[in-house]
Amino acid sequence: MPLLNFRELRSSWSRIRWVLFILAAILLYNFFFTPGFFKIELKQGHLYGSLIDIVDRAAPVMLVSLGMTLVIATAGVDLSVGAIMAIIGSLAAKLITENHWPFAGVLLLALAAGTALGLWNGSLVSFVGVQPIVATLILMVAGRGIAQLLTGGQIITFENNSFAFLGGGYFLGLPFTFTIVALSFLVLALFVRKSALALFIEAVGDNERASHLSGINSRFIKCFAYAAVGFFSALAGLIVASDIKAADANNAGLYLELDAILAVVLGGTALTGGRFYLFNSLIGAILIQTLTTTILTRGVAVELTLVVKAIIILLVCLVQSEQFRALATRVCLRKNEAAA
Amino acid sequence: MAESRQSSPNDDLLVARGISKIFPGVKALDAVDFTLRSGEIHALMGENGAGKSTLIKVLTGVYEFNSGAIRLSGREIRPRSTLEAQQAGISTVYQEVNLIPHLSVAENICLGRQTKRFGFIQWKAIRRRANEALQRLGLEIDVTQPLSSCSIAIQQLVAIARAVDISAKVLILDEPTSSLDADEVKQLFAIMQKLKGSGLGIIFVTHFLDQVYAVSDRITVLRNGKLVGAYRSAELPRLHLISKMIGRDASEITDQHPSAEAQETTAEPIIEAAALGRHGAVENLNFKIAPGEVLGLAGLLGSGRTETARLLFGADRPTSGLLKTSGETKRHLTPRRAINLAFGFCSEDRKTEGIITNLSIRENIALALQARRGPFRPIPITEQNQLAQEFITSLKIATTDAEKPIKFLSGGNQQKVLLGRWLASKPRFLILDEPTRGIDVGAKFEILNLVRDLVKRGMAILFISSELEEVVRSCNRVIVLRDRRQIGELRGADISESKIMQTIAGTSQN
Repeated sequence: MPLLNFRELRSSWSRIRWVLFILAAILLYNFFFTPGFFKIELKQGHLYGSLIDIVDRAAPVMLVSLGMTLVIATAGVDLSVGAIMAIIGSLAAKLITENHWPFAGVLLLALAAGTALGLWNGSLVSFVGVQPIVATLILMVAGRGIAQLLTGGQIITFENNSFAFLGGGYFLGLPFTFTIVALSFLVLALFVRKSALALFIEAVGDNERASHLSGINSRFIKCFAYAAVGFFSALAGLIVASDIKAADANNAGLYLELDAILAVVLGGTALTGGRFYLFNSLIGAILIQTLTTTILTRGVAVELTLVVKAIIILLVCLVQSEQFRALATRVCLRKNEAAA
Repeated sequence: MAESRQSSPNDDLLVARGISKIFPGVKALDAVDFTLRSGEIHALMGENGAGKSTLIKVLTGVYEFNSGAIRLSGREIRPRSTLEAQQAGISTVYQEVNLIPHLSVAENICLGRQTKRFGFIQWKAIRRRANEALQRLGLEIDVTQPLSSCSIAIQQLVAIARAVDISAKVLILDEPTSSLDADEVKQLFAIMQKLKGSGLGIIFVTHFLDQVYAVSDRITVLRNGKLVGAYRSAELPRLHLISKMIGRDASEITDQHPSAEAQETTAEPIIEAAALGRHGAVENLNFKIAPGEVLGLAGLLGSGRTETARLLFGADRPTSGLLKTSGETKRHLTPRRAINLAFGFCSEDRKTEGIITNLSIRENIALALQARRGPFRPIPITEQNQLAQEFITSLKIATTDAEKPIKFLSGGNQQKVLLGRWLASKPRFLILDEPTRGIDVGAKFEILNLVRDLVKRGMAILFISSELEEVVRSCNRVIVLRDRRQIGELRGADISESKIMQTIAGTSQN
């Protein structure tokens, strides 16, 4: 059985096509105006180039956006992902430098800790009934504090080849992060779509009361979604730490929750919950990174980068909005009539 | 001013003539006439979809009417907002109190009309004014306490005090008694009488027949958006009122007897209610339902039918009595546990408790069965397709294919999909709450025939319907509810529309 049937593919296409259109436009712009943007070189059996770099850099947001998609599909949101990344990075660095744990142990504990933090969020939301935005805000604020406690306010640097491979290694000629993202997507998509989890997540997000009366355990479903985003945030936190071979409690994953939420929304999963599109969220994350990289390589003045980014994102949102497209069409038609 | 009105109590205060209100596809009000006199309490009665709430919304400026005219004290008005209606003298108190819980009683009463001097609020004046407003109702409470610290009943009275303080001529009370206990209702009625004595015209909307006869002077009955008539309460026997509301004239009914055989089943009951009740919802339910049996719940709107269904399915917790399933007492029934016991509950509220809007027909049908199997034993997609196809064919669901989102189907077809959802879970006990509401005649018959088939195959069914004809035709036994109490049980040859109406009216006891 294919992962997506034809109809799902079509509905996911109809939601992503405008994002792809803007993505193509940015790439086209780079094709003409940024020399060497499309150049991919083979050095020592590894591929190098801006395009490779974009995907590599987008990896943390892509991973987090996978989990975030599930949470948003339950009509929730998780603001604490950046803080979880910081905690996990600090925890891993501490275990390696101070406690001299083997990397495998660190990896397992880090992922388990990330999942546990997600479960904490999930429990607040589903058992205590705290609103998702408030429940995760708690960990968002407290999490950085916890990370700073772990690192003692310092940036902990470490030397560990296995750990460094996670964010900086190459596999099959490509950055290892490609493999991590691809595997994460495939395993998660197969897991939720082959089981009935995807159906339950979409049902709970779409109409929680009806789902409850149909016998769906919405608490379990929500906890699962938050645990998943915790797990992927931990993975992203490890990659970020591995990238700089250090744990930076203040800056690791800072504001990343916003990019992750944006990626999910660009991918067509509504903040009100219901149908979700995992693959589209990955494309959304790539669009955001392509934009950032383009702005940086074009040498836009530093003080302007955020403004330019915001304008392009606004543009994406506008072309995605059916209302805006209808309005634009009407205005264009009227102009043509006036001209004729 | 009050005295002059009292002297001529037959003044027509509010006169609405030929009011029509059209919504896309529905004529919610069709040339309705309504007259309220000053110094009277006028009950507005009708079942679901009768047009009561539309009429009230037209009078209070929430909706604009399409044709007709409203005159208040002889002057034509056309309120475009609740504020305009209030300024004209029409105030409304809703079932849920629309006040601000964290402000004080005094602030709530004077909100929007504060006495100010040099731009500063004069608290003393406000407190005095609030006290006066409450005293007019004979109410002595501390006006400085926050509204949230008062009981619901007091909050309601504060809302009335506020409405009257806006120098209202017409006071509309929309189901004011639903969350009050007996003593509080008495207090409210005393205040209504007092206000009536001061020349106010009160429109009283309620589902409780006893209360209608306890306070109202006249009754206007609406049905399907049309005026049935206006009557003096003292001259309209209950039975006639009921027959006018449900649109079956007692003299016209040719009593059909149930086609279902009324044999007494000896089988062990699947579900049993013993003095079961929930505070504020429904009281003292006593019945059993066995396999191969359809138990009907009959009663007017608001009589506790849906509340009963929700208790049996674990959607609400009972606060008194016992619920037994297959002889075993269930203390903490939840929908999930009920589904594991092979129960099904087809809610009357299709939109908010039934359909999962954006999911496909196939997914909507598979949902309850899948929920019972849990997330990790997925129904294979081929099996899901078969299930969907089976119910699309057998229930005659009009759709191009099973992958269409359910939101694109008509109400009747959505209802059939929901029936399919429960049938797919192969229930032993199925609750059908208004399964035929808002669907066309053909689909109604199909659903009623389906009920008969299911029972023959040994299912137990609780059947709830506002259409007595359907209840009579489908049920082996009928429990009659009135004012949230079980007041009678009819079986066998006793089941007839007139008998049910008499039971609701209480004439068999009188």
